[in-house]
Amino acid sequence: MEKYQKLTGIAAPMPLINIDTDMIIPKVFLKTIKRSGLGVNLFAEMRYNDDGSEKDDFVLNQPAYRDAEIIVAGDNFGCGSSREHAPWAIKDFGVRCVVSTGFADIFFSNCFKNGILPIVLPKEQVDLLMKDAEKGANARMTVDLEAQEITTSDGEVIAFDVDAFKKHCLLEGLDDISLTLAKADAIQSFEQQAQQSRPWV
Amino acid sequence: MSPTTLYDKIWDAHVADQTEDGTCLLYIDRHLVHEVTSPQAFEGLRMAGRKVHAPDKTIAVPDHNVPTTPDRVNGIENEEGRIQVAALDKNARDFGVHYYPMNDVRQGIVHIVGPEQGWTLPGMTVVCGDSHTATHGAFGALAHGIGTSEVEHVLATQTLIQKKSKNMKVEITGKLQPGVTAKDITLAVIGETGTAGGTGYVIEYCGEAIRDLSMEGRMTVCNMAIEGGARAGLIAPDQTTYDYVMGRPHAPKGAQWDAALTWWKTLFTDENAVFDKVVTLRGEDIAPVVTWGTSPEDVLPITATVPFATDFEGGKVDAAARSLAYMGLESGTKLTDIKIDTVFIGSCTNGRIEDLRAVAGVVKGKKIKEGMRALIVPGSGLVRAQAEEEGLAEIFLDAGFEWRMAGCSMCLAMNPDQLEAGERCAATSNRNFEGRQGRGGRTHLVSPVMAAAAALTGHLTDIRDFL
Ligand code: SF4
Repeated sequence: MEKYQKLTGIAAPMPLINIDTDMIIPKVFLKTIKRSGLGVNLFAEMRYNDDGSEKDDFVLNQPAYRDAEIIVAGDNFGCGSSREHAPWAIKDFGVRCVVSTGFADIFFSNCFKNGILPIVLPKEQVDLLMKDAEKGANARMTVDLEAQEITTSDGEVIAFDVDAFKKHCLLEGLDDISLTLAKADAIQSFEQQAQQSRPWV
Repeated sequence: MSPTTLYDKIWDAHVADQTEDGTCLLYIDRHLVHEVTSPQAFEGLRMAGRKVHAPDKTIAVPDHNVPTTPDRVNGIENEEGRIQVAALDKNARDFGVHYYPMNDVRQGIVHIVGPEQGWTLPGMTVVCGDSHTATHGAFGALAHGIGTSEVEHVLATQTLIQKKSKNMKVEITGKLQPGVTAKDITLAVIGETGTAGGTGYVIEYCGEAIRDLSMEGRMTVCNMAIEGGARAGLIAPDQTTYDYVMGRPHAPKGAQWDAALTWWKTLFTDENAVFDKVVTLRGEDIAPVVTWGTSPEDVLPITATVPFATDFEGGKVDAAARSLAYMGLESGTKLTDIKIDTVFIGSCTNGRIEDLRAVAGVVKGKKIKEGMRALIVPGSGLVRAQAEEEGLAEIFLDAGFEWRMAGCSMCLAMNPDQLEAGERCAATSNRNFEGRQGRGGRTHLVSPVMAAAAALTGHLTDIRDFL
């Protein structure tokens, strides 16, 4: 995975609450056996008419937001299924950071595995960022993972929390599996001990 | 020692490594795999030249994509679906994991096959690239869904990088009223907590009404823990659990069984253990419920009327307005006046033998409403076989239902079983999201007996009118 760099970009406002993974990537696009190329299908049912033309009122179809790299979302973003196609599609579209008052667990951890930073903030701060995002393409936000700060287009700085281990992995672009395989001894001794205590497993 | 919860105990028994900040390597006892969320994971293994660490603990079955019409023995018509199932066939063979191919009688929805074959046992950790892995929590197993990167991680290492969740208790006291089922319990809980109420928690369901449930009912309750935002739901094992597990193909036998049972009996929450959050409902207060909107939290008793968006607060006002428009519903309409075009009975929530028996009890000797499309999709080939043996299939066919082969089917409509735009369905599955059962399709989540009643009358119906 590539290292997570400081990001300055356009933020798209999506205030709807409970945006689920079926909305993010409808199941007709889950038949792929690849990870790439899902960006055109991101939010497909909200984004396109039945004939494939774009719905003008959908935020990512508006000229100001076509190149959004950040989404400011309503509460409980990413609820629903475990499909990693959701972060794959978000990433492929070009979004690398989602801000909300809350995320569903599985979606939240899937983001980190794919170089997307999900940021949880209190409601007042999300509201403020939502207002900033609504200003359109001239209002660029900066997300600095290293410093754990978001800077609005007006220069207001908002600090955020992030799990130290996950931050480290994102910043360094580390691959979880190699990290874990480095602990093969611990796994092996656990297996030997479990073989004694729970042999029926 | 300070008192601990059931979740604490299972967690502690599976920590293979822990770093200072609390990040753990959790050892995984059972890894279930299906065709939709696994191809990229196996591909990752291949590219890195890695093997499956514990093929013996890995069980694969195709379910999401498979057609449910009998002609599937001739192969899958849809090209992409066929490729995905073929990829699972190949991956299962190449990596040597346990496999139930599409035309094996034991094939079915992964969350039904696992328990049925005795792969799921109390005290285990169980994961699958599927959020409804929560189902297996009914056995007192710590079971949750994971993403595809994590599927690859478990395949390669048999562990998962995890931090511990918080403990939440959901207690259902007393007895259920006639006509009220496990499905109504689990929907009522989500109605109470909201779809984010369980985020960050593992739920333990307890109380007399939970204890009184069969294993099938307990699986229905835990299945929808995820709709309440919790990654996992748990129910402490008891005699009901042991009776269900005993004798299953992969359950322990002989001395192993005795040793297992001794440990399983220690799996309960200690008295005075502390929960971070507690929700209590009275079993007597739960009515047969139905969802009116496009979020599983949009739950109302069947006797209610369609709400107004302005009944809600905050962001829910807009969300409710959007739901009502999508669902094509007028506020103030009685729920029982809502006409239904399609009935779907099946899924990992309600596709087990007990569900089918309950449906047969309602529709026996009756006919479904003229023009109604009504599907019954058993959760596994073995459920199907048993229903045929018990004469249930005949009852369904006589009543006018379609009797299908096992799979996920119209729960998520990745196979040909789909709703048309505007079609309205009473479904026993677990998600009523926009487009879930087909683009533009409208879903009302209900229990199996409520779905059966709607099939007969052609509108949402209070099952208690049939009792
Ligand atoms: S039946 Fe539905 S919820 Fe269950 S595994 Fe299949 S698609 Fe998922």
